[in-house]
Amino acid sequence: MILDGKCPTGPIQETWDKHRFDLKLVNPANKRKYNVIVVGTGLAGGAAAASLGELGYNVQAFCYQDSPRRAHSIAAQGGINAAKNYPNDGDSIYRLFYDTIKGGDFRAREADVWRLAQVSNNIIDQCVAQGVPFARDYAGYLDNRSFGGAQVSRTFFARGQTGQQLLLGAYSALSRQIKAGTVKMYDRREMLDLVVVDGVARGITVRNLVNGQLESYAADAVCLCTGGYVNVFYLSTNAMGCSVTANWKAHKKGAYFANPCYTQIHPTCIPQAGDYQSKLTLMSESLRNDGRVWVPKKKEDCGKHPNEIAEDDRDYYLERKYPSYGNLAPRDIASRAAKEQCDDGRGVGPGGRGVYLDFADSIKRLGEDTIRERYGNLFEMYEKITDENGYKRPMRMYPAPHYAMGGLWVDYNLMSNIPGLFVLGEANFSVHGANRLGASALMQGLADGYFVIPYTIGGYLATVKPGQVKADHAEFKKSVEDVTAEQNKYLSINGKKTVFEFMRELGGLMWENCGMARTKESLETNLKKIPALREEFWKNVKVTGSGAELNQQLENAGRTADFLEFSELLCRDALHRNESCGGHFRVEYQDAGEAQRDDVNYCYVGAWEYKGDNKEPELHKEPLKFDNVHLAVRSYK
Amino acid sequence: MSDHKTMTLTLIVWRQKNANDPGKFETYTAKNITEHHSFLEMLDCVNEDLIHSGKDPIVFDHDCREGICGMCSQVINGAPHGGQDRTTVCQLHMRKFKDGDTIYIEPWRARAFPIIRDLIVDRSALDKIIQAGGYTSCHTGGVADGNAILIPKPVADEAMDAAECVGCGACVAGCPNGAAMLFTGAKVSQLALLPQGKAEAAERVMNMSNAMTECGFGNCTNHYECQAACPKGINVKFIARMNREFLKAQFA
Repeated sequence: MILDGKCPTGPIQETWDKHRFDLKLVNPANKRKYNVIVVGTGLAGGAAAASLGELGYNVQAFCYQDSPRRAHSIAAQGGINAAKNYPNDGDSIYRLFYDTIKGGDFRAREADVWRLAQVSNNIIDQCVAQGVPFARDYAGYLDNRSFGGAQVSRTFFARGQTGQQLLLGAYSALSRQIKAGTVKMYDRREMLDLVVVDGVARGITVRNLVNGQLESYAADAVCLCTGGYVNVFYLSTNAMGCSVTANWKAHKKGAYFANPCYTQIHPTCIPQAGDYQSKLTLMSESLRNDGRVWVPKKKEDCGKHPNEIAEDDRDYYLERKYPSYGNLAPRDIASRAAKEQCDDGRGVGPGGRGVYLDFADSIKRLGEDTIRERYGNLFEMYEKITDENGYKRPMRMYPAPHYAMGGLWVDYNLMSNIPGLFVLGEANFSVHGANRLGASALMQGLADGYFVIPYTIGGYLATVKPGQVKADHAEFKKSVEDVTAEQNKYLSINGKKTVFEFMRELGGLMWENCGMARTKESLETNLKKIPALREEFWKNVKVTGSGAELNQQLENAGRTADFLEFSELLCRDALHRNESCGGHFRVEYQDAGEAQRDDVNYCYVGAWEYKGDNKEPELHKEPLKFDNVHLAVRSYK
Repeated sequence: MSDHKTMTLTLIVWRQKNANDPGKFETYTAKNITEHHSFLEMLDCVNEDLIHSGKDPIVFDHDCREGICGMCSQVINGAPHGGQDRTTVCQLHMRKFKDGDTIYIEPWRARAFPIIRDLIVDRSALDKIIQAGGYTSCHTGGVADGNAILIPKPVADEAMDAAECVGCGACVAGCPNGAAMLFTGAKVSQLALLPQGKAEAAERVMNMSNAMTECGFGNCTNHYECQAACPKGINVKFIARMNREFLKAQFA
């Protein structure tokens, strides 16, 4: 089937304004008759719940953490892009649009990206009004820094904690609505099923994580703001609770999963120290503004103290390979370049899995105090984890899974192929194509939540009668029975391996065979090994305790079971896409080490339809058209 | 990294099945721990052993494991987050301990934070304080340009110092009175410093103070244990600022 994203046509500059006018409205007195469920309270979910509540809808918001303030958007460090052009350095909405399309390696929709660039400026204003303490200069104006993949300084930031401050802004707006009674907040709840009645999304089944009860909630629309899935690699920069579960359950109820193979491996993370490790920690990309990336030229130097390696014996490989962008090359390119150096035997630190990020030149130029002011919290974090002082010796970095560009398929209104099911933020696939540029995840989450869904959900709700299905409907009962049966199964197996052991094994397979470089053979290997591991899981997993209590093993068992299914789809998507683009690098398709796209055969969104357990999913395509940005080889040289 | 020496530690951990269970300390052994393990990774190892032997693992709150989400919350050897300067439990590493050490692990203990299970407590009282006024009442859309109101760098910086709070509740756990003054003071100060928050400053400080009392938090008697426990180093000067804002509000 050929999918239609229902993008508005005409001059790109007018698309969003025209579309907003064309959307139907729900009149203020009718809004309170509609119930909307928002799952997840990160930037997308928090902003959406607050904005929809303020508009007058009845909102029910859910998060698995103990408070909506803890969603993993909080961990974003570097910043948020906007086309304000405050520095007068040549930025514009058009340039942000252009950079994002190019940065995504021409695998995103033009209309969606245009809208994102257009509303980016409103986001900054909104956050300032909420009391987000963005960095300012002495005159009191907002400060900007540069970020990877752009030649202008368009990134706004709050020290190294931009995500935290933006999330707390959204959380404060949400708290105001909770107090006003327009939003009912349900924390420590995990969504375990989507309830679809006659093809329309009508609600969700959640587990109350405190007492284990399964609860049903009905609504006129469901918004999934449930983040990304890179914990499929086990070790990633995501929080421990991040999972594919909500999205996967929706997928199994009919929602198409688009471009799952587009995963972002972030170039600057603290290298793994041992097998017991539970997660990897990111060091903001902003560090590459002042840090220079290098490895020793000679293999025999790799074991030496870095400060003893002479300047001439260092290979500043990003500056060498990409002179115009240098250390600010986009993430996919910087990550692959790091892997290339390490594979060549010139990596540093344990296992040769590391490259240096060196601040010596900047400290000489600007002084240690300036560097401390810019990145102090990052240096502190680095020292806590590695016991090394980044001011005195270069930091060691290695790429780690960080972000999912792929996600549930949505049309221009952010609605999936299931009527009434909307998907926002990282959970959808829409704007980043095959690679996301730095400081654009925060932008997308807030754009979707504050400035897109409040309009587009009205266009849908205006066409449906409120309250058609209640939580006592037979489909809700069936959903609760299905989830109960699944949980009872985990608890009854009583095997020999823990959930973590399975997840670690799956993550190893994914990183090894479907990580930064993928081949036909490696992917076919995974397509054999993953089903076998899944089968073993269902025979040999051990989960203690019961379902009727707080049980973290049971929570993790469910997430792992879903990853064991989803990982296969990810590999299948990677295998079918016989090209390299952005975060998807197929070794067979390269040109002198650079990704080789195939625009003739693969210039489309690949959206997969679930066909049943152990059945091959069906691929649907949405062709991508580039009317404004010329399809070209992406070069940062 | 097998070339590292490993440690064996004795853990004395608070176990409590649910809110109604009286709870008690249990003793466990943590083996094969390296200096690079984080504290929570050390607990992961202990839990894996417990699961293998068919016992219920120790439950604890955690999520980002990089010191920013504020979810982790354990009192270690009597100190919230383990007592290392500006460090959450998840960022505490085992190189701070020695082979053979005995470590006591307890949940946050405060009247306003009922225990849910083992090391997990209910901190929704902190959300209630924010709901009482920890925001500016701006609407989505229709706000002024970000540069329309200038905020000098020192003011923005001080607001940011206050805004760094991760809402973990260590300040409450560390306070002999179980007060949430540092938590509340930080939010009141952030918004009182910024021009965007000034319009509602008086109403905000009154409402948030009342919420603190209603939620069962104690009062401040200047022990400064909160600042010592705070993983973000939030300064007690923000409590003083809240007190000033509170006084000002009486005359507003």
